[in-house]
Amino acid sequence: MFEAMAFYFFSAVTIVMFWITVTSKNALYSMSALAAGMIMISGFFFLLDADFLGVVQIIVYTGAVMALYAFGMMFFDTTREVKENIRAPKLVFLLSGMTALLLVIAFVAPIVGDHIEALYPMVEGVENPQAVGIVLFTKYLVPFEVAAVMLLVAMIAGIILAGKKMDESLTLKIDDEFQEKGVQ
Amino acid sequence: MTLTGFIIATVIKILVVLGVISALAGFGTYLERKVLAFMQRRLGPMHVGPYGVLQVAADGIKLFTKEDIVPQNSVKPIFKIAPIIGAATAFIALAAVPLLPEFEIFGITIHPIIADINVGVLFVLGVMASGLFAPLLAGMASSNKWGMLGAARTAIQLLSYEVVTGLSILAPLMLVGSLSLIDINNYQSGGFTDWIVWSQPVAFILFLIAGFAETNRTPFDLLEHEAEIVSGYATEYSGMRWGMFFIGEYANMITLGFLASLIFLGGFNDWGFIPGGLAIVLKVSFLFFFFLWTRAAWPHIRPDQLMWLCWKVLMPIAVINVVVTGIVMMM
Repeated sequence: MFEAMAFYFFSAVTIVMFWITVTSKNALYSMSALAAGMIMISGFFFLLDADFLGVVQIIVYTGAVMALYAFGMMFFDTTREVKENIRAPKLVFLLSGMTALLLVIAFVAPIVGDHIEALYPMVEGVENPQAVGIVLFTKYLVPFEVAAVMLLVAMIAGIILAGKKMDESLTLKIDDEFQEKGVQ
Repeated sequence: MTLTGFIIATVIKILVVLGVISALAGFGTYLERKVLAFMQRRLGPMHVGPYGVLQVAADGIKLFTKEDIVPQNSVKPIFKIAPIIGAATAFIALAAVPLLPEFEIFGITIHPIIADINVGVLFVLGVMASGLFAPLLAGMASSNKWGMLGAARTAIQLLSYEVVTGLSILAPLMLVGSLSLIDINNYQSGGFTDWIVWSQPVAFILFLIAGFAETNRTPFDLLEHEAEIVSGYATEYSGMRWGMFFIGEYANMITLGFLASLIFLGGFNDWGFIPGGLAIVLKVSFLFFFFLWTRAAWPHIRPDQLMWLCWKVLMPIAVINVVVTGIVMMM
């Protein structure tokens, strides 16, 4: 009974949050609602006993992805309403609605037709993180390693791009410029 | 245990943890002022009650009765929610921390942990990390340029140091082979010499340094650096909303103390003749004192020094530490 109650609670809150994200004209409302929705999704993972994936959902989406959105928000006046320039609202609504409907059908069809089965079912007596690890390091070893190398390259590139001017202090430099102007 | 018994026990545990930790967080402000005062050869709060102990109550009354100001141009709902996020995430993180060893009361064995999930460490760190939304949203909603600067610094500082925390904790987790805080504690049950701090001293120091940045303590309290950006994200706040940010900050300090004790300092295992329950309280108290000690001893640092420290010093050391641990474990 508790699981059903929790499921309906999380579904209702998630849908309301994403509804606010899409419909709100204030960018700050949208961002907060998106973050709240992402955290609520992790509730479904916990309900399915996938604790590890639930925690990863919290860390990746709220810790990393949302904070990057927040960086983007710094360039706007978040307290003002965004004026969207949509020329054909009916067409946009129809296209996005159809895409969403197609996605739902594509995912629900195998469940309804009962044609879904786990290719790599959970090994008995193995905990969550270990189960993820077993699949990652056997079946998906190559994609996993390629992704790891890509992330490493991205990290090094990021440090080099950002680190060029790391040795000189911006604060001290500005101070020097002021002093030079003062002398003239 | 039956379902009803489980629900009652959990509700009681939640109430006890909420009550005790928020009371300790309040008392922490008094301790902080007293410790800072003694280190700077002052007396600190002295007038309210013996040695100023009742200063906490006076401050509480002041915060509760102060006018609650919401600025006219702010985004009001977000402005009001932000402090609640700060306090809530700090307490939710405590849910997966085993606070004391199991004990028996009225013939019932009690596990002093609210939710024993098998990915405890990740859960605590993840929820603490999502606490970054409190200063971020507060700063962006309050339509104040100091608030905005505080919010920008939040995103930069907390995100960067999250990387160091994760990498530094990875090496001890490789040794233990489990993400459950209870397993990590039991791994060190052999006594003083079994503490992970002896096999992973580098990881311990990195974790502490990153912990200072994540809980926004001096020398890394750039989010509300008084000398530069007035009060940062909290500039526009007053009364209880302002107080909630700081209840969250002190609760986070206590959580971090528990994490460091459990992972590196032997947790709640018996320590010589000291029973386990007392041992972990002593360790957490020492770490709390260490936070205050550092605040008295070190000045603030500049934002560029903060980034330099994170990406050029701490992160490479953390990666090397993980690699060396892996090589040693393979051999």
